[in-house]
Amino acid sequence: MSKHKLPLITPIVAIIGFILLYLPMLVVVEQSFNASKHGQTWGGFTLNWYTGLADNAMVQTTTANMLILAVISTLVATVLGTLLAIGIHRTPWGKKTQYFFDMSINVPVVTPDILMAIALVSVFALFRSWTSLFDPGMLTMIIAHVTLEISFVVLVVQSRLVSIGRDQIEAARDLYASTAGAWFRVILPQLSTAIISGALLAFTLSLDDFILSFFTSGPESQTLPLYIYGSLKRGISPQVHALSTIIFSFTLFIMLISVLKGLRKEKKLAKK
Amino acid sequence: MTMQTEVFEGKLTTRSRMRKFGALLTGPGILWLTVFLLLPTLFLVVLAFAQRGSYGSINWDFSLENLKRLVGFSSFGWSADNLLILWRSLKIAVFTTILCVAFGLPMAFWIANHGKTMRTFLFMLIMVPSCTNLVIRTSAWMTLLGPDMFPAEIARFFGIIAEGESLYPGSFAVYIGMVSSMLPFAVLPLYTGVERLDWGVVEASRDLYAGPIRTFYHGILSQMMPGIIASVILTLVPSLGMYVISDLLGGGKYMLIGNLIQQQFGAAMDWPFGATLGVVLIISSVISLIIFQKVGGKNFV
Repeated sequence: MSKHKLPLITPIVAIIGFILLYLPMLVVVEQSFNASKHGQTWGGFTLNWYTGLADNAMVQTTTANMLILAVISTLVATVLGTLLAIGIHRTPWGKKTQYFFDMSINVPVVTPDILMAIALVSVFALFRSWTSLFDPGMLTMIIAHVTLEISFVVLVVQSRLVSIGRDQIEAARDLYASTAGAWFRVILPQLSTAIISGALLAFTLSLDDFILSFFTSGPESQTLPLYIYGSLKRGISPQVHALSTIIFSFTLFIMLISVLKGLRKEKKLAKK
Repeated sequence: MTMQTEVFEGKLTTRSRMRKFGALLTGPGILWLTVFLLLPTLFLVVLAFAQRGSYGSINWDFSLENLKRLVGFSSFGWSADNLLILWRSLKIAVFTTILCVAFGLPMAFWIANHGKTMRTFLFMLIMVPSCTNLVIRTSAWMTLLGPDMFPAEIARFFGIIAEGESLYPGSFAVYIGMVSSMLPFAVLPLYTGVERLDWGVVEASRDLYAGPIRTFYHGILSQMMPGIIASVILTLVPSLGMYVISDLLGGGKYMLIGNLIQQQFGAAMDWPFGATLGVVLIISSVISLIIFQKVGGKNFV
């Protein structure tokens, strides 16, 4: 179903790009079934690393911490980000305020992780002289992750709001809907996919992050990536690969289902 | 001043009432960014002018001492070490960015050239590997680029590396790791750019007998510029601060600004000097933002 003729080089380079993204994933999957432990070589097929997951307390707690951190920070960032996007979009702000908002959304995007990390660590140390709330631990990690995620949620939601436009809400009002009714029953249902993609992006950012967690974590809040980094010199336990493979296949599976659904819908539309 | 009523969203109301409610909606998010981003960054700038006290405490005597140290002056005379580290960080970030955009552009075009569902699928496929943490994927490259694996054998076959050598650790491994982890963020804005592309302009240019190169340059590239700049910034700025990948894949030979900062906040316990190094990153971010706005970009994604 290609629409434009692209030069042959385009698909070739594109596929090499995909290979670059997926080669490490292939290694992870391969190692999770590889019986030889520090395997540069294939030592036979095994499921031991998967069954061993049930006994590895360290991997379990650090994974749980990683997921708790990702879920809570995603929820907070999604709520704050969605409200922020709606507030910016529907309000008749003056030119200067609008500029201020644009800046506050774009600045976090261009802030390197390590800069955000050291700025937060310094200011947490300052806050600590008043309250012990900011001792390194889960709370400081959540704060750091939310700060990273908010503006990405805003960007995704905002671009959808712009494409929905203002006509629909005016039409709903003409049909005697209240403003709140129009927002909740006309706009929000359309916005939901964008909110979900914003949340997914935030979740991914949290799972992928290493640097923010490294700087803000405490002794009780080790996450999986930190644990792995610490044990890297001894070699990663293949159990970690087993776990990563489970998460990876789960995401792929969900995506495949949604794609198959979409394809069926497309076919139906084509028949009509 | 009289209250002027206007119609917003089909409702008769006043501008100030709309703004009050808008402040309520944006308040929590803006407050969060102020307390946990703006304030800490400003504090970091102040910290950069303080000194390291005994036992890693902070001595609030303001001076430019850290700045002098950054450009290489110490009690032992001048050395180029720090500047070399900055230069190396910049070099790696720039090359990574060029490679990412070079791969990202064809990827964006290729993805956008599929049917609606397939397009969404391929686009999401870009993000899926990021669900596996950076450290795990980088260590996978460490295994993959080892001496007994197929990439090393291919390279040996073509005589790129000598017998018994491997591709890791080294600069090749660092660039592979960097591109592989930064690529998704390069593709994101490029893909949005391709989706918004007005192909009518391309057809018009063909109708007017422009060759493929001129069509690409004037018809496509000029329209894609905001997307390309966004993609460059989204890759360049994080690459500047990245140090985990070069640490793992470079075999300890690649001291970057990120390593240096981490040292100051870790073993060296010299937060003020670490903050000075952070200010260098702030400056690079601010320059990026200004450039982005100059080329007329509004939002990154």
